[in-house]
Amino acid sequence: MSDIYEALVEIVGKDYVSNQKEERYFYGRDPGLMKPHEPDYVVMPRTTEEIQEIVRLANKEKTPVVPKGAGLSLTGLVIPQKGGIVLDMKRMERILELNEKARYVIVEGGTTHGVLKSYLQKHYPSLRHSMPDSPPIATVVANAVIHGQGRLTQQRGFNSDMVSGLEVVLPTGEICRIGSCSVSPYWFSKGPPLPDLTGLFLGWFGTTGIITKLGLKLYPCKKIRDVMLFLTDRAELVPDIMLKLGHTEMMEDIVVSTQPIPLRFKGNFFILVFMTGDSDEEIEFKRKMAWDTLWEYFDSRDGGFVSITPDMKTPMMAMPSKDTTRFADVRKGGGFEYSGPIAPVEKYPDFVKKLEELASNYNLSYASAARVIDGGHCMMFSFSYTFNRADPDEMDRAKKALDEAAEFSLDQGGVIWKPNIDEQKMMMARMDPNTLRLMGKIKELLDPNGIMNPGNWEAK
Amino acid sequence: MLGLKFDKTKCSDCKPVSCLVKCQYMDLDRDRARIEWQKIVNGEDSFVLEACTTCYACEEYCPLGNHPFYLIVERQEEKGILPSPRPIITMWINQCEPVGRFMVGMVQEKALSFCFLPAFNLLVGGKLFEDIAWSSIFGQEFFCNAVYLHYARMSVIKERLPRIIENIEKQGIKELVCLHDECYGTFTSLAPAYGIEVPFKPVHYYEYLYDKLKEYKDVIKQLNVKVAYQRNCSVRLAPDTDHFVDDIFGLIGVDRVEREYDRENALCCAEVIRMAKGYELADDLQKRNIDDMVKAGADYCVFNCPACWDSLAEKVARRGIKPIHMIEICKLAIGEKPALEV
Ligand SMILES: Cc1cc2nc3c(=O)[nH]c(=O)nc-3n(C[C@H](O)[C@H](O)[C@H](O)COP(=O)(O)OP(=O)(O)OC[C@H]3O[C@@H](n4cnc5c(N)ncnc54)[C@H](O)[C@@H]3O)c2cc1C
Ligand code: SF4
Ligand code: SF4
Repeated sequence: MSDIYEALVEIVGKDYVSNQKEERYFYGRDPGLMKPHEPDYVVMPRTTEEIQEIVRLANKEKTPVVPKGAGLSLTGLVIPQKGGIVLDMKRMERILELNEKARYVIVEGGTTHGVLKSYLQKHYPSLRHSMPDSPPIATVVANAVIHGQGRLTQQRGFNSDMVSGLEVVLPTGEICRIGSCSVSPYWFSKGPPLPDLTGLFLGWFGTTGIITKLGLKLYPCKKIRDVMLFLTDRAELVPDIMLKLGHTEMMEDIVVSTQPIPLRFKGNFFILVFMTGDSDEEIEFKRKMAWDTLWEYFDSRDGGFVSITPDMKTPMMAMPSKDTTRFADVRKGGGFEYSGPIAPVEKYPDFVKKLEELASNYNLSYASAARVIDGGHCMMFSFSYTFNRADPDEMDRAKKALDEAAEFSLDQGGVIWKPNIDEQKMMMARMDPNTLRLMGKIKELLDPNGIMNPGNWEAK
Repeated sequence: MLGLKFDKTKCSDCKPVSCLVKCQYMDLDRDRARIEWQKIVNGEDSFVLEACTTCYACEEYCPLGNHPFYLIVERQEEKGILPSPRPIITMWINQCEPVGRFMVGMVQEKALSFCFLPAFNLLVGGKLFEDIAWSSIFGQEFFCNAVYLHYARMSVIKERLPRIIENIEKQGIKELVCLHDECYGTFTSLAPAYGIEVPFKPVHYYEYLYDKLKEYKDVIKQLNVKVAYQRNCSVRLAPDTDHFVDDIFGLIGVDRVEREYDRENALCCAEVIRMAKGYELADDLQKRNIDDMVKAGADYCVFNCPACWDSLAEKVARRGIKPIHMIEICKLAIGEKPALEV
């Protein structure tokens, strides 16, 4: 047994460390298309102090540390590119505090969206958070680290915009509080009126520290939720439809999807418009606003609201949406990855064209869901391709399609969301050199030994 | 191409022009109705083609069985009129396309048609179906396609219906109990109107229920409740089945309340109208319909069509009236519990 293994056992106990083949195999890959690379050790810490010790050990041994939530970001961000220690955050899953009046919750670094959702439903039914459509084991912290989006993103911005404070173990082992909680017992603001230092950690994919606690803003959970389905067959109308719906400032979420199968979806763009209210009257009013705002398309017969039956409604309303996960395994064999550029909504028609072109060129099953962000400042557009992991040729084709989609998105002025290491390089190659240099300086300052998730955001 | 059996001369001799005069959505006196109808017959433009809500009712209003509504649908399609937005029509056409997936039970010569409505999986059960429940067909391959009457796509019906009939015949079915009366209307009205042969006997499920209830006469408990009947669009294709409603209600002790919007003057569930004409008209129709049920003092609203159930059941329940499907009120009468709930 190596010294590092023994030292890790000393820190977390032997049940929570492994250097066995099975675990190393499992932690060396994700469901996406990036090449596997195995870690040397897998550790499951329980406390911030244990993480501190692990980080100190890693600095001493100059061995990489890669924090991992559920590993569902799909773009290889938790694959230990240079081996070392994978820090599985699953055991740090508590909900530490909820301030009902200031509407925030403090969770640990590995608390899942599913756990938070059921906790709120049970104990604070009038509060909610922005649930992404990933499977419920996805973690709140990692989702904020990759700037995820959820049900409240249309109204409130990226899920990371809803962060209200952090506790971080820095790459050099110090514990650091970020936001109002750095000067106050309250976690109500991630920055203002102080300098907003969350930017040193969010979006960095664990390369600048390990978040052990996160404050998250909660929002009113209205008594009723409902969904409407608007269809159009003209991609060029979608941006204005998104903007008009956003303009009402009344919609919970706006998601546009397109896919050729099942047949029902063929030839149309499905625009799901979610709304919430405390009374039937409130819902009714919002429903009418949605109709009125899109009336011109109804009049021209280019679009219309479809009446949806209760059995269609149930899956549409599910949080997270099971349909996305179902699509993810449509080819069986568990292979799924999407490139999700964040881009101006006006790019929707061009992106759809490219999505279809790539699927046809590479003979792949495709789907796309685009979510409106912050009333329409931008959208997340997913180029989603599924593949069977037992079919290397199909995997290769999917990878090529996604690489092309990424280049295309950048050419169109988009920014790649949760980019894999190749896409990070693509973006850094186009980045303002001074910005790139600043990123490099920050990284060097925070992580002088370069131990944190190496291979990612190597801004040299 | 299959052609509609439509007799122009019947119209030229027709005095009441009931097809348009009775239309609940257009206010036409006889003279105006005649003029507009002649335009339609002659293949000219008429505002009626745009204004039509596709409620199917003129099929019932025509005293001579001359199929005015089918002609309207033909003309709408010829002129490229879109009763509903184009994408909605596309979605409907795509989602019911037969794809070679046969979903059948242990089919016998007498079988149940579940159409393409999953609700029948819940509704069919208990003593009323004990010797037939497993002999069923479901899905696109057996879907009657009459819904395209709402979407000015008679061409799709004409193309698919013969295939559907062939699919049913191939199952060895001699007698088909249609649980969705749109199927019954298709086989007894639409198919003959186009000269499409139906090589099996379509039976309306009301007739089936009536006969079954007679078998259970001794166990029937008189329900002694007041019922508002939600008469759906496709009844208009086979209005002669309406007497079964009264016959069944008579057997189980149900009072079909007199109300403004029943029988020939019934209002449909309005969901197709919502997609076609917008929410104002649909909301108004639903409100008038339910207000009328309340005013008539109904305890229950009995549904014939699962699609009407989907659009109205919850709204009816909110007004204090219990929604129930026709099959389930029959179940109640023989001491069984309903399966479909809001
Ligand atoms: C079917 C499906 C649907 C999806 N839908 C959505 C959606 O609607 N919205 C959305 O946003 N995403 C979606 N995703 C993507 C992804 O699953 C989620 O964003 C998810 O929240 C990522 O969380 P995770 O725990 O799996 O992250 P991981 O993949 O485990 O980690 C992501 C990154 O965070 C870092 N990290 C993890 N924990 C820490 C920590 N404690 N401190 C510092 N860094 C850390 C990791 O090193 C890695 O770089 C979807 C995925 C799938 C498979
Ligand atoms: S369709 Fe019927 S009601 Fe209308 S004019 Fe002709 S015969 Fe008369
Ligand atoms: S289908 Fe209905 S709306 Fe259309 S003309 Fe006939 S009765 Fe009038």
